[in-house]
Amino acid sequence: MTSEQLASEKGASEPVARKSAVPAPSAPADATPEGARRNELSTRGLDLRYGDRVIVGGLDLVLPGDAVTAIVGPNACGKSTLLRGLTRLLAPADGTVALDGTDIHRMPARALARRMGLLPQQPVTPEAITVEALVRLGRYPHQRLLSPWSSADQAAVDAALERTGTAVLRDQPVDQLSGGQRQRAWIALALAQDTDLLLLDEPTTFLDLRHQLDVLDLVAELHAQAGRTVVMVLHDLGQAARYADHLVVLKDGRLAAAGPPADVLDAELVKSVFDVDCRVIPDPESGTPLVIPKHRPTGRRTPA
Amino acid sequence: MSKTARGVTIGAPSASAQRIPLLLVGVALLALCAALSLALGARAVPLSTVFGALFGDAHGKDALVVTGLRLPRTVVGLAVGAALGVAGAVAQGITRNPLAAPTTLGINAGAGFAVVVAIYALGLNQPVQYVWFAFAGAGGAMFFALLLARRSGDIEPVRLALGGTVLQLVLLSWTSAVMLASERTLDEARFWLAGSLSERPLDVLYPVLPTLALGLLVALAVTPALNALALGDDSAQALGVPVARIRLAGAVAVVLLAGSAVAVAGPIGFIGLAAPHLVRPFLGGDHRLLVPGCLIAGPLLLLAADVLGRVVIRPSELEVGIVSAFLGAPLLAVLARRVAR
Repeated sequence: MTSEQLASEKGASEPVARKSAVPAPSAPADATPEGARRNELSTRGLDLRYGDRVIVGGLDLVLPGDAVTAIVGPNACGKSTLLRGLTRLLAPADGTVALDGTDIHRMPARALARRMGLLPQQPVTPEAITVEALVRLGRYPHQRLLSPWSSADQAAVDAALERTGTAVLRDQPVDQLSGGQRQRAWIALALAQDTDLLLLDEPTTFLDLRHQLDVLDLVAELHAQAGRTVVMVLHDLGQAARYADHLVVLKDGRLAAAGPPADVLDAELVKSVFDVDCRVIPDPESGTPLVIPKHRPTGRRTPA
Repeated sequence: MSKTARGVTIGAPSASAQRIPLLLVGVALLALCAALSLALGARAVPLSTVFGALFGDAHGKDALVVTGLRLPRTVVGLAVGAALGVAGAVAQGITRNPLAAPTTLGINAGAGFAVVVAIYALGLNQPVQYVWFAFAGAGGAMFFALLLARRSGDIEPVRLALGGTVLQLVLLSWTSAVMLASERTLDEARFWLAGSLSERPLDVLYPVLPTLALGLLVALAVTPALNALALGDDSAQALGVPVARIRLAGAVAVVLLAGSAVAVAGPIGFIGLAAPHLVRPFLGGDHRLLVPGCLIAGPLLLLAADVLGRVVIRPSELEVGIVSAFLGAPLLAVLARRVAR
């Protein structure tokens, strides 16, 4: 069963309007029974620390499956640390992270890597590697020592290149691409990994507005057309409200609010979390909440 | 060349297949180098006599030189060069640092210190006796380098390279201190410390064959994971690579290979550092090609340096460790410039 069928059978929030020309990659096989696979990440009493410093404390959270979730919050609120905890890059000091009820720290590394892909904030691009070679590395969890490169591997790579619009760049060295192209190549790598769940750590940082929108549109498309569940850390509240079905707002490593953007994002929340006076109005384009900071007389800055 | 180096495709079987002929060219060059190693030296032997000596029907002084002296020397050179080349490729892979090598991880300095102490304290005077001290010193140094690089259970690549370099400097100073304290030790150790293939009978090689083979196996086993590791620890882990375990296994492979090499031939620098840099422009950054490439490039560089050392100041000779450093440094500078362009 393809993940696309899976998505439509469960009544995806958005109807699959345009069938993509590229077939959705097939759902990876592993121990979790199909019925139990909702791609729902949850944390229970999650404590994440660097040394003795508590970054995320006692977090209980459910990130709905088959949805786009955006994690937002002020700088140093623990957004990226939370994403590291969700992807097992950081072991919890206390509490658990579960994927469809199974503790991710009890899952074999490869099995988890076939369920969950990650685009880190600052990935390392090997020198002189081409786009296709980079994307091919996404097949790592599907390969065994001495097993040959299969046609399924090639199909997944081709589909990932097509979907991210990087097929024409496949022979170009990644380190010579523009920031937007490079980001799409890295997303293609995560797509070739063929996971139902995709986690992106600030995928729009360092990109100009057009390329930010390109990446976010791609995320929306991955959810709507390929049935991927997406969890991403974002900075821009307006973009988060526009592109996410579910918003998680963090402050000082604790949950400030969670729910659909229209329900949770209001002036009171922005004031308490970001310490910014604002008005929240409907986005004239999408109708989603839009944060408009109030005019501040010159000279009034946040005390350092 | 630099154009094709940029067009390199990691992991593409088609591109990999295209590069296999280059490996064959490397093997042919290596065979040529081995033949020269058998033929050249203080006494030049015609190649026909070399073949005769090897395959049985030639006798006499020339044949004796070939089978008795140069054949063991060449075999030792092949094994040591291969070990150093692969150790360098793996060291650079697990640290993601193009300057990592057995020397910069402190392995050679550790072996040197252990041997000098053994000469000083136990009065040893034969390279055969040094083998296990050198191996223990190499292992000890790598262990310390790993200890320095540990942070909350993981081995940090930057700290590993940095810690290894610091360790190397400390060990070198201790080695100098011991040698300055005892003239006899200085006399015994200085030739071994230069790194040499001369007067190394096959008996020196036999004890380290198991560690060499094991090191090579471990190196080949971690090779596919090194490609994913090149994307950074976070990406590698997200792809299901057990990063800490792979890095530890790679370090074990490096110590087995480089420890065996230094035990046999003494500390020889530059081969481990230069072999991967020599191979990358031809075969690219895919470790599944890079590691076999270094298996060929390592002995190629070492034998070439050894042959050169034998002919430049004939009838005397220069230690291979001196020649490899002398030639390796400019070679590396040229390669570094080409990469930068």
